[in-house]
Amino acid sequence: MKIGIPRSLYFYYYGDLWLRFFEELNIETKVTPPTNNEIIKKGNALASSEMCLSLKIFLGHISYLDDCDYILVPRIDNYGSSNQTCTNFQATYDIVNNIFPNKILNYNINLEKKQNELSGFIKMSKKLNKTKKEIKKAYLNALKKVEITKQNKIKENINKLKQDGIKVLLVSHPYNSYDEVIGKPITDYLEKLNVTIIYSDLFDTKKARIESKKLSKDLYFKYSKENIGSIILAKHNIDGIIFLSSFPCGPDSLVNELVIRKIDIPSINLIVDDLSSDSGIQTRLESFVDILEAKHE
Amino acid sequence: MNKIIAFPQMGDYAVPVTYLLKHIVDAETLYIPKISSETIELGSRYSPDFVCTPFKYTLGTYIECLNMGANVLIQLGGGCRYGYYHELQEQILKDLNYHFMYINLVTKGKTDIKKIIKQLKKIDSKFSIIKGLYYFLVTKNMIKYMDKIDDYIRFHIGFEKEKGSFKKIKKQMLNSFSKTKGLIHLSINYHKYLKQIKQVKTLKKPLYKVGIIGELYTLMEPTANFELEQELANFGIAIKRYTNATYLLFEKSKKIKSYLKKAKQYIKYKMGADAADNIARCIELCENKYDGIIHIKSSFCTPEIGASLIIKKICHKYDVPLLEFSFDTNTSKVGMKTRVEAFVDMIEMRKENEKMLFRD
Repeated sequence: MKIGIPRSLYFYYYGDLWLRFFEELNIETKVTPPTNNEIIKKGNALASSEMCLSLKIFLGHISYLDDCDYILVPRIDNYGSSNQTCTNFQATYDIVNNIFPNKILNYNINLEKKQNELSGFIKMSKKLNKTKKEIKKAYLNALKKVEITKQNKIKENINKLKQDGIKVLLVSHPYNSYDEVIGKPITDYLEKLNVTIIYSDLFDTKKARIESKKLSKDLYFKYSKENIGSIILAKHNIDGIIFLSSFPCGPDSLVNELVIRKIDIPSINLIVDDLSSDSGIQTRLESFVDILEAKHE
Repeated sequence: MNKIIAFPQMGDYAVPVTYLLKHIVDAETLYIPKISSETIELGSRYSPDFVCTPFKYTLGTYIECLNMGANVLIQLGGGCRYGYYHELQEQILKDLNYHFMYINLVTKGKTDIKKIIKQLKKIDSKFSIIKGLYYFLVTKNMIKYMDKIDDYIRFHIGFEKEKGSFKKIKKQMLNSFSKTKGLIHLSINYHKYLKQIKQVKTLKKPLYKVGIIGELYTLMEPTANFELEQELANFGIAIKRYTNATYLLFEKSKKIKSYLKKAKQYIKYKMGADAADNIARCIELCENKYDGIIHIKSSFCTPEIGASLIIKKICHKYDVPLLEFSFDTNTSKVGMKTRVEAFVDMIEMRKENEKMLFRD
């Protein structure tokens, strides 16, 4: 059996866990290549024109997995009533299921209805041809290992706050920050300018969610909370903030606007769509970094 | 300082909302201006670029109301990012140097009665729960009656014999509803106007039947859909629309299960806001042999964008014509009219073809 995993959206939250989990179960996996223009083209052809770029890219990735027995597409509804997800995360499974003929492996996270990750994984046992016990063991083992790597990544990210030179906090969903076409050109260019990048997703997420209240008291989008909570956690050690969204992200359209109105740290708001040019963004980044350097001295 | 309350405009619901507020809190309720091109212009100017359109419309109304002296703003909120509008709108208006109290009633798609009572006490410290409950009940009935009458009118107005008859009665009805004395008085009034409405003479049968589904604000506020329903009625078309305040406030939570069951061939989960509801309704309209379906939403409405792919698939399967609109503040009414005209032409041609087939 071979499970296809799109390197997009959920992958950047759960990818490590999935790969470990299937490894523990001795199930083969195939992860799609980093996003390229071909993937974007395919995604564009499949998606509605108004969908956000990240979701279009996700659909493009799915079309690379025809040789797999199942494609893994979870559905993430909420982690409790004040930790909801964007409605795209609630709809992706059904959208994929209606566009593609492929068989889909799915689990649902809805803590309001007491459906957590473990119970979701156990529900997949039948399709994976494993016993519930095997699934549980594999899940817990995988979780343990992944947690260690994650903590190390967080430590590394937070240590960067102590470095000298220009430091910038990239406030962005991980599926945008690390995407080859959306975030990578930006982070690569910043590195070329000798800017240290601190990633908003690599903080203690629970702490970040609590801190986010200082910027937005009623926010109920989990991932947005974690993004903006990082600002409070990092604000004394950074020179500037880069907000990065994919066009037209629903939560970001409100949350980033609110936060930009409230903070007094230099920031720019980059919104990427499939027509954005790297050179246009680079020009903006260059002048932003110039300003930060002038302030830094 | 005297409290002057304002809230967003949506359809004719300002009538019951004003009635409720007038009776339960000791504060003035502003006469909310109708949405005009200036409202939209104002709202768009101070809104983020790619926020969904209801944000812009409601912000525009708030600015107009604040300029007219309002100092308490009420936002309803909803299940998608509508539930988060309030925090940014409050910030934007504060940055514009307005002074006001801002009250949001529904967050995360849920109504918290305790929280609402707390909020109402902020407006009027002497707010009485018992009185509040009674007038809430009257208002609930008023909304139900209004929606029932509207459903009837929407279906029949396209083929009334004497143009304007329905509108005239409805205007009188709303006027009398706003002066309701209590539950019984309201009920008597409702039956009086229902009788009048049913006596309005219509041609025997509508030319065609069309169902409208989609995002709630764009459906319920006529200026947000550039008076699409009026446009359809001009073509003699009977209209069916499911979404109204009665559904959203009092029926949705009960109905969603049966909707999911109806749509289970296509979807497994609720897809956010009213997406699953609309998919099920689309199936229902197809099964009931409607001549066409119109799916409307405001630009960037995420849940309906997801639903639209599936709605297209269903209409294709049942071979029912589908017209889609994504309304924005700069949509042109002429463009909308042209597309509606072409859509009606197509329905007409299909009907002709059907007749020919039967003749052979």
